[in-house]
Amino acid sequence: MFPDPTEINDGDAADKEDPAESRLSDVAAQEQSLDAEPLSDQEKEQETEETENTERQNNDSTETADGGTEDAAVDHDQSDSGEFVVTVLAKAKLEEQGIGVKGRSSPLLEAGTQECPAFISHRDEDVTGDSWRQHRKHVFVLSEAGKPIYSRYGSEEALSSTMGVMMALVSFVQSGDNIIRSVYSEQHIVVFLQKGPLVLVCVSSSRQSEEQLRGELLYVYYQIISMLTQASISRIFEHKKNYDLRRLLAGSEKILDGLLNLVDSDPSFLLAAIHCLPLASSLRDSLSHILQKAITPNLVFSILVAKNQLLTIVQEKTVIEDTRLEPTDVHLLLNLIGASSAFQAGEIWTPICLPLFNPDCYFYAYISYLDPPECTVCLLLLSTDKEAFYAVAECKRKIEEAMVAQNSLSLIAKAQSYSVSQVGVSDLRHFMYKPFDVPDTYRQLTQFTSPEMEAPYSSEEEKMRLLDLYRFMHSRIHSTSRPLKLIYHVAERETLLAWVTSKFELYTCFSPLVTKACAITAITKLLRWIKKEEDRLFIRYPPKYSTTPNPSKSSRGGKSDQQDSTDNGFLSLL
Amino acid sequence: MVPGGAQRRGDPPSRPVRTLRVKMVLLGSSAVGKSSLALRFSKDEFRSTSPTVGCAYLTRVVHLSDVTLRFEIWDTAGQERYHSVTPLYYRGAHAALLVYDISNRESFIRAQVWLKELEKQHIPGSTVVWLVGNKGDLAQDRRVSVQEGQVLATERGLSFTETSAMSGDQVVELLLAIELCDSAHRVYEGVGAQQEVLSEWRETPLVDLCRTHTFTPAASCCRVGP
Repeated sequence: MFPDPTEINDGDAADKEDPAESRLSDVAAQEQSLDAEPLSDQEKEQETEETENTERQNNDSTETADGGTEDAAVDHDQSDSGEFVVTVLAKAKLEEQGIGVKGRSSPLLEAGTQECPAFISHRDEDVTGDSWRQHRKHVFVLSEAGKPIYSRYGSEEALSSTMGVMMALVSFVQSGDNIIRSVYSEQHIVVFLQKGPLVLVCVSSSRQSEEQLRGELLYVYYQIISMLTQASISRIFEHKKNYDLRRLLAGSEKILDGLLNLVDSDPSFLLAAIHCLPLASSLRDSLSHILQKAITPNLVFSILVAKNQLLTIVQEKTVIEDTRLEPTDVHLLLNLIGASSAFQAGEIWTPICLPLFNPDCYFYAYISYLDPPECTVCLLLLSTDKEAFYAVAECKRKIEEAMVAQNSLSLIAKAQSYSVSQVGVSDLRHFMYKPFDVPDTYRQLTQFTSPEMEAPYSSEEEKMRLLDLYRFMHSRIHSTSRPLKLIYHVAERETLLAWVTSKFELYTCFSPLVTKACAITAITKLLRWIKKEEDRLFIRYPPKYSTTPNPSKSSRGGKSDQQDSTDNGFLSLL
Repeated sequence: MVPGGAQRRGDPPSRPVRTLRVKMVLLGSSAVGKSSLALRFSKDEFRSTSPTVGCAYLTRVVHLSDVTLRFEIWDTAGQERYHSVTPLYYRGAHAALLVYDISNRESFIRAQVWLKELEKQHIPGSTVVWLVGNKGDLAQDRRVSVQEGQVLATERGLSFTETSAMSGDQVVELLLAIELCDSAHRVYEGVGAQQEVLSEWRETPLVDLCRTHTFTPAASCCRVGP
């Protein structure tokens, strides 16, 4: 019975089992189950299957809010799932109260799991309430021992039993030499992703495809890696299986929250491409040139960002020959900047890992805004030398001076995204165009271009609706079982056309009355327009520099030399 | 005279302008108000802050009649994941502020752990260590008494004060006190004396002390040092 609602690794893709599904929702409705209902019901099934390891068996009485692995919180002796739910509920309540008592003044596990009050409210959300259950997309991160690490909504403590159930599911399927991938119910899809010692779970009612949701979980994983590195995480859990990773992630909840909000609202993540700010190519070139001139040994990337969009990126020559910067790494950096207002106070110097560049090593990032107090233009300099702060800060000084001399800041301030009306195709409302790498620009960062979302997509709800339509088109195009090249989709209030070729991927949105022939003509016009404007819409020829006058001190170290004991010295803290 | 950050190379040496450079580092657990204090120091502002990423570098230039004081404030992140890199920031500091939250006992205990860490690194007499009980405005939630702070400070030979970054209470006084205290071993620098500045992270503070004693404003950097 277990495999019914659970899609097993080698099982058929995404097939719903109707009996199981209706049973799941019935149970949920009757019992008012307070945790993710398919899960608690799954748990009941698991109990009868009698699979759990013995260490969980007699923990019922000893479980505490701050307990260890026993937080899996499964009352295996109970045959009645109603009772199970009640127990879970009681415990959740208890834990909640515990948290309520812990105000600002009381210590938590370690100094500082409680942070600035601004996002305490969010974390304090009542996880037993309906509003919590109605969130469109939940994301949970837990360790293999079932310890909560992150929850998008509600506090991890209050959810430790829920996460325990999730982990029980994962390990149950694992014990059968298999991997749990997803659980479908009528309203929700639950997607699992296991990366090393971390388990990421998404519970979504957004109707996105499983692959898309898994991709989003992967972004969450990478953001965690960017703060801790994969090597540290593996080492920590090798050393201590039930380590509470929140100790090390303390204060970064906002970065993960911000990432998930971006993932929902910014199609860059869906397309795995960078959206750069449209800029006259002469201005972009002059900015790149400024960055190119302000260098110091071991500087690897110089990145200029305005309004959270990329202006230009200049890379060390030898590094780019080895590896190119992946869009995902840029997304993570942009999110880091966007999510933390702390950067506005001064110059930041921080270790940061670019997981796709090298998941095990740190770069040292210098981050500073160039236009205080507005703080829209941000400079990011990545070095492999942790002692290079003063040298890198000096590069910023040079960049600042050159930008003042060329009046760059006011020119940047005028730059903005464009309106679809500039394309001059009447029925076209919006589009997203992502060119693929062609051989001569092989090392180029994957980019896409897209106009502002204008009426009728100006409200947040409508924007989200359009994005959902795009996500739907995307999932059809990239379906693992039946990928498509061209879709013409007549939706309720608009008509969409998605088209993928060897050269580009294109999503267009037209007014509802457009004809197929009209749409095709429009797309021809659109492609012509993009071709004409591409110097403005894309970073065409990413410039390089060489910071190695002295070849013996090569900054190729970006790849491996930078790893030293202090960089990844988290173990010493254990 | 030099806007923010590191000194510039290649300026003409031995100008008779004197800058007293005070490198100050804020240490302590997260959410005790280090960034708020730093913001008070540098801009005399208060706003709610988000957790610091890595370390923030702020400066405040104070012009006195005979000398320009340039406070370089390193506001470190309290989060544990950054602890392994924190020595980067407190090495060579003239003043270290160990901050705790008077309404959070744990942060007071953590401050003592920080102190041990600092004692391992710093050379006695080169770094002035201040114990700072912040969030003085939360007196009604006080968990650490003034006496406890004072006793700890006396035992370990630290200076002690209680501040409130929110109300600004005692913050300016603290900054001035650090300056006074630090003047016992001032680090004068002519604009021309560049090597010391740029390599300061690698040097022990002792080198700075030598410089202090042998320094004459008109001397070129070549004559300085042992």
